[in-house]
Amino acid sequence: MNIDICIVAFSQSACVAQAGAANEVELIMPQLEAVYGQVGISNAQDVDFVCSGSCDYLQGAAFAFVAGVDALGAVPPIQESHVEMDAAWALYEAVLKIRMGHAESALVYGFSKSSPGELPVVLSQQLDPYYLAPQWIDSISLAALQARLMLDKGIIKASDMAAVVASSRRCAMDNDKAQLAGQFSISDLLEEPEYVSPLRKADCSPISDGASAMIICTRSKAEEWQVPFVRLSGIDHRIETHNLGMRDLTTSHSTRLVAEALSIHNSSLDIAELYAPFSHQQIILEQALELQAETEINPSGGVLAGNLMMASGLSRVGEVFNRIVAGEAERGLAHATSGPCLQHNLLAILESV
Amino acid sequence: MGELAAVVGIGQTKYASRRGDVSIAGLVREAAQNALEDADLSFKDIDAVVIGKAPDMFEGIVMPEIYLTDALGANGKPMLRVHTAGSVGGSTALVAASHVQSGTFKRVLTVTFEKQSESNAMWALSTPQPFSVHLNAGAGGYFAPIIREYIRRSNAPSDIGIKVAVKDRLHGARNPLSHLNLPNISHQEVEDSMMLWDPIRFLEACPSSDGACAMIIANKDLVSESPKPPAWILGGAMRSEPTIYAGRDEVNPRAGRDCAKDVYAQAGISDPRRQFDCAEIYVPFSWYEPMWLENLGFADQGEGWRLTLDGATSLDEGGDIPWNCSGGVLSSNPIGASGMIRFAEAARQVRGDADQHQVKDARLALGHAYGGGAQFFSMWVVGANKP
Amino acid sequence: MDNKNKEVIDAIEAPIYLKYKFTAGLAPARFLSQLKQGVLTGQRCPKCDNVYVPPRGSCPACGVATEEEVVLGDKATVQSFTIVSIPIPGNPIQPPYIVANLVPDGANISFIHLMSECVNEEVRIGQRVTAIWKPREEWDFAMDNIRYFKPLDEPDVPAELIGHLSVNGTEN
Repeated sequence: MNIDICIVAFSQSACVAQAGAANEVELIMPQLEAVYGQVGISNAQDVDFVCSGSCDYLQGAAFAFVAGVDALGAVPPIQESHVEMDAAWALYEAVLKIRMGHAESALVYGFSKSSPGELPVVLSQQLDPYYLAPQWIDSISLAALQARLMLDKGIIKASDMAAVVASSRRCAMDNDKAQLAGQFSISDLLEEPEYVSPLRKADCSPISDGASAMIICTRSKAEEWQVPFVRLSGIDHRIETHNLGMRDLTTSHSTRLVAEALSIHNSSLDIAELYAPFSHQQIILEQALELQAETEINPSGGVLAGNLMMASGLSRVGEVFNRIVAGEAERGLAHATSGPCLQHNLLAILESV
Repeated sequence: MGELAAVVGIGQTKYASRRGDVSIAGLVREAAQNALEDADLSFKDIDAVVIGKAPDMFEGIVMPEIYLTDALGANGKPMLRVHTAGSVGGSTALVAASHVQSGTFKRVLTVTFEKQSESNAMWALSTPQPFSVHLNAGAGGYFAPIIREYIRRSNAPSDIGIKVAVKDRLHGARNPLSHLNLPNISHQEVEDSMMLWDPIRFLEACPSSDGACAMIIANKDLVSESPKPPAWILGGAMRSEPTIYAGRDEVNPRAGRDCAKDVYAQAGISDPRRQFDCAEIYVPFSWYEPMWLENLGFADQGEGWRLTLDGATSLDEGGDIPWNCSGGVLSSNPIGASGMIRFAEAARQVRGDADQHQVKDARLALGHAYGGGAQFFSMWVVGANKP
Repeated sequence: MDNKNKEVIDAIEAPIYLKYKFTAGLAPARFLSQLKQGVLTGQRCPKCDNVYVPPRGSCPACGVATEEEVVLGDKATVQSFTIVSIPIPGNPIQPPYIVANLVPDGANISFIHLMSECVNEEVRIGQRVTAIWKPREEWDFAMDNIRYFKPLDEPDVPAELIGHLSVNGTEN
C-alpha cells in the first residue's frame, strides 16, 4: 500500500465529431506511439500490465476491445485486462495491480467511436431492462429532468448553466484537441433555443471520436525512466442506486462519499478536471466536492468541449497530469463519471513531486 | 504478491437453459446471497463489488453493472465491471482478489453471470457486419478447425472427445447445480449425436445456460470471521495475445503456456500432474481437455489424450488428476460465469466442500478460464494450507 | 379471485433495434476497394515482413501500422476446416457445408471462407484450392465477391509449409 504510484505519460487524440474510416486500432495506435515516445519505450512489451476501457455498444459490435489488442504488439503474450467502463476505471484496476506488487508499470487506454450510432439512444439501453430501457429514455432527457429539478428548486439559474458553457468554450480555445471552442457571452448562449428543455444544445457535451492513453508506474520506475512524473496520491470511486426516484438528483451523493474517503473537502487544489457531460452537472459536482474559489475548473474546457465516451474520464486525469508537469499547478483533482445522471463517480488526486 | 487473501464464501445458482423464475437482478442476487450465507456474512460486511460478464449484447443491456448495483448491495460502494471475453469469469475473480491483495480492501464480493435465455448469444457473436463474409456459425465453427489440427498433430484416436464428453457429464450428474443431468450417458449416445461442426458432435459441445456464480474474497485477517475453511489464493495470472498473427500456434497457444508458467511459479508448482489434486479447466468442446492437458503442462506435447484415455482425469475411474469434477463447462455454461465457476469449484475442492463431486483430501487445485479465439487466459491456484 | 385459469407470464419480448453507420477502417477500406476490382490484397508488416489478409491496419504481433500493399493470387492452401451441419443465422447456405481456414499464396495468415465443388469427406489439411469469383457485375465492397474456393488438381502442401508460400505458390 505504501507504493508511490506515478503518472509518466499521457496522450489524447483530437476530439472529432466523426473519425471517418479509421477503426478502433487505427484510433488507438497513434496515442500508444505517443506515450511510448514520452517514456522512451518501444511497445506494450516494455510495461508489466495493460488495461483498457471501452463499450461494445458504441460501435455496435461484440468484443470491440479484442481488436484493440491488435494495436499492442502482444507477442509474446502480455498481462492484459479490460473493463467495460470508462478507462478511468481501467486506471483504477492498474493501480491495484501495482499496489499488490504484480506490476511496476502499466499502460492504460480508452477508445471511443461513438459516431456510428446514436449515442443518447444507445445509452438508454443501460437502464433497467425491465422497467426503463423499453421506454427508450435517452441520456439527454434524463439529464434534462435533472436540470429541471435544479432550476425549479432554485439551486441554479439558466444563466449559471450558460456560464459553465461560456467558460468551457473560452478555456477550450487554448486546447488544440477540443471540438468546440470560442468566445461566447452568457446572453449569446441564452438566446439559443432550447433543445431538450430546459437544456440547450450547448449545455450538452458533443459526441466525439478518439482515444487516449496513459502510462503509470512506481516511483522508482519513473526515476529509472528519467522522465517528468506526477504522483497519483489517491484514487477511489463509488456507485449509487440506479433507481432515479430514490436519488436526490440535485446533488451527487456518491461523489461526496469519494471526496470524504480521499479527504478532498477543504484541501488545497489548484485545478479540477470534472467529467460533467451536461453544464448543470458541473455545478452539482462543484458543490459535492466543495471546491474553493481558487480552484480552476476544467482548464481544458472539460467534456463540453469534446467528449470521448469511455476515454473522457482517463483524459480528465491526463489533463491534470499535463498541467502539473507543465508547472501550471501543484495539486489537482480529476473526476470521471458513468451511468445516468452521475450515478457512478471516480476521483483521483494528482500532486507534483 | 501483496496481502494474503482467501475465498471465504462461494455461492452459485442452479444452472438451466432458462431461469424464467428470476430476473437478471434476481439471478445475480441469488448467487451473491448464497455466497454471503456460505461465509456467514451480510452485504454490510462487503467493501467493494466486482462484477463480470461476457459481451453486453448477450442480454442486450449496455454496461449492466449500472442497473445491478441495487441487487448487489453496492450502493455507496466501489463497483467495477470486468470484460475479457470468455475468460472473464476467471479474470473477474483475479481483479476482485487484487482489490484485497493490494491492501485496498478487506473483503469484496465478486459476481459473474449470463442469462443467455434473454437474448441470443449466437446472434450476438455473429452480428451481420457489412463487408465481411458471415460464416462463423457460432464458436464451434471457429474452434472445430483448430481441433482438427490437434488431432492431425497428435494422432489421437478419434473417440477421445467422446470419452471426455461422457466423463464430464458423469461428473455433472454428481452436481445438483449442473444444467445437464445425464447419469446414464453412454459412449454410443455421444457418438450417435449429431455432428455439428465436424469433428464436434452435439454432445461434445457445451450447453447454453442461465446462471451466476459469486465469491467472497477476504484478507487473511478476516478469514476466521467465516465459519468454513478458506481456500487460500496462492497465485493468479492473466495473459493475452492477438486473435491472429503470422505463426500463431492456435492449437497450443503461447498465452496459455505462459500464463500457466507464471501462476505455477507463484504457487511453487513444478509438476502440475503430481502436485495438484484436481483441476477445473475451461473445456467448452470435449477435445479441449487433451489440448489443455498439454498446454498446461500436465502431459507432454501430443500425449494429452493418453491421460484422458487412461482415465487419469476421471473421478469415476479413480484417476490421479481428476479434471472438472463439477461437470465442467460441458455440463453448465452461463458464459460470463463459466470461468468463475471453474475458479470457485477449485476453491470448493480445497475447502473440502464439494459434496458428491469432492476429490478426497484435495489440498491444491487449479482454476482456469480462456476466451476469445483461445487468446485470453486467466488462472489461479488455491490451496487448503495457509502459506 | 380465481387464479387457476390465469396464464402466468414470466417474460415478454422487448426487441431492441439500434442503427449504426458502419465504418470498415482505413486499411480494410483499401482492401475492399481492391476486392471490388476483383483483386485480393494483403498488407506487409514493416517489421516482421509477414503479409496479413484481410489487413486490419496493424501487425498484431509487432503492434505497428501496416502500409505496403501486396497483391495476392487466387490460389490458397487449406490450413484447417470444419464441415458445418447447422445453418448460419440469416445465411442462405444449406448445411452441410465446409468452412475452411485458407492461406492465400503470398500471405502468412489464414482467413475463413467457404469451400464448394468438392466432396466434403475428401477435404484435407494441405489441400490446394482456388477462388471462384461471382460474375463481375455483382462485385461489391465485399469479401463474398469470392463465392467460395474449390479444390485444385495440385499436390498437397506439407503442413510445415502452409503459410509460407510465395505469391507464385512456390516455397519461399
